[in-house]
Amino acid sequence: MNAVLQYAVQGLAAGSFYALAALGLAIIFGVLGVVNFAHGAFYMLGAVAAAVLLDLLDLSLWWSLLVVPVLMFGFGVLVERLLVQWLIRLDPLYNFLLTFGLTLVLVELVKQQYGVSGLPYRLPGPLRGRVDLAGVVLPRYQLFVLLFSVGICALVWLLMTRTRIGMIVRASTEKPELARALGINVGRWVTPVFGFGVALAGLAGVLAAPFRAITAEMGNNFAIILFAVVVIGGLGSIVGAVIAGFMVGLVEAFGQAYAPTFAQILIFVLMVLIILVRPAGLFGRKEATA
Amino acid sequence: MLEVTGLKAWYGQAQALHGVDIRVGVGEVVALAGRNGAGKTTLVRCVMGLHRQVDGAVRFLGRDVTHTPAHQRARAGMGWVQDDRGIYSSLSVEENLLLPPKVSDRAWTLERVYEAFPVLAERRRASGTTLSGGEQQMLAIARALRTGARLLLMDEPSEGLAPVIVARIGAIIREIKATGAGVLLIEQNVKFAATVADRHYLISQGRIVNAIDNSEFGSREGELLKHLGI
Repeated sequence: MNAVLQYAVQGLAAGSFYALAALGLAIIFGVLGVVNFAHGAFYMLGAVAAAVLLDLLDLSLWWSLLVVPVLMFGFGVLVERLLVQWLIRLDPLYNFLLTFGLTLVLVELVKQQYGVSGLPYRLPGPLRGRVDLAGVVLPRYQLFVLLFSVGICALVWLLMTRTRIGMIVRASTEKPELARALGINVGRWVTPVFGFGVALAGLAGVLAAPFRAITAEMGNNFAIILFAVVVIGGLGSIVGAVIAGFMVGLVEAFGQAYAPTFAQILIFVLMVLIILVRPAGLFGRKEATA
Repeated sequence: MLEVTGLKAWYGQAQALHGVDIRVGVGEVVALAGRNGAGKTTLVRCVMGLHRQVDGAVRFLGRDVTHTPAHQRARAGMGWVQDDRGIYSSLSVEENLLLPPKVSDRAWTLERVYEAFPVLAERRRASGTTLSGGEQQMLAIARALRTGARLLLMDEPSEGLAPVIVARIGAIIREIKATGAGVLLIEQNVKFAATVADRHYLISQGRIVNAIDNSEFGSREGELLKHLGI
């Protein structure tokens, strides 16, 4: 029982990274129609940025959780303005290629600068060690990651459902042309939405920094699983991205615990099963738009 | 209010409109009839700015808007009622109403909308697409009125609706006309169009082939019906 709970928390903590990153991917796909293949690289940049900030400026995790998403937002805005926007009217394949190429460039640049061995990351004191919850001993940091991510997902959900910006994002996602005919300048929201999605990937990277080996390649495998997450949740669905993120984290953790050789395969088996039953994903709309 | 002159439109190499001239005056309801594929929907999409592969001129309230993006035309006072009603399922009924920005002081308040369409008030929290077809059409029209649009572009508002609802939509169109707004109404159901329109255009293969005043409708109804193949 104790072990099962530990795996569950570990899985949900790992799932938090997927959930946050998939959320960003879903929002970007919804509004821009761009499948951002560079999302794994943005996640990696978030982790590397946290490690570099700690090393050079002695900025602790607390500060990185704030500073890195802001930096990544700026970087995302730059990428959208300089690159993505020129291809948006063309076949989605072009942006797929662009973001794939961008991933290779970013990974190589980080490799050149910081080498291939992992960067170290030191946790702030209060997050180290374990906590005993009624007999179940859990790593403090995993619990923190889980609570923090659920909090961020809830905030994004409130932003999407309770604000005018969220309403516009939902409308532009569902029927972009109609939104324009109703007087919404959809184009104005494209850049900030892209930046926001990139910031979420960066935030997932910061949270992953103390938990994973920080290397230039860390985003590669992450991106592959991330796409499984998005397919399971339903491309473009915000709720689906979050739920599928946590789900995949759980499958991964239990897989590693009980069937380590099959851990990675299990995620894709889950994906195939879900596609067989619901081709549009758990929360995807039937009429896939883009 | 709306003046379309020599409008041509293409889809890639295929030409859909071959020089269309239409006009809608202040407080005028103008109906556009034609068979499927004649170019009715293409024409309103060009007027709204949703189809951009065009030549010719679209003038709205004295301004040339031929190359103006759709959202700016909406903000200049064009109201859009899409042929499939265009209700958002990811937005509640009330959010559907609140989505478009207010563009003039003619804009209906939410209270006024709910007074005119009590069913929308009852279902305000429900997802837009849980409404019945007729209710969705009311919502689509109410949404356009809430912006304070000066000209409503309505694509087949009566399609697939029960006669009692169609009559209600007729009453709403007459109300809109009474406030001085113009309406460009695409309508296959010419008998219904005759109850609300001041003038009728008949479009065929991307050309306006007939224009008749509603006062002549009785004597020339046969011509229209023959053209429509009814």
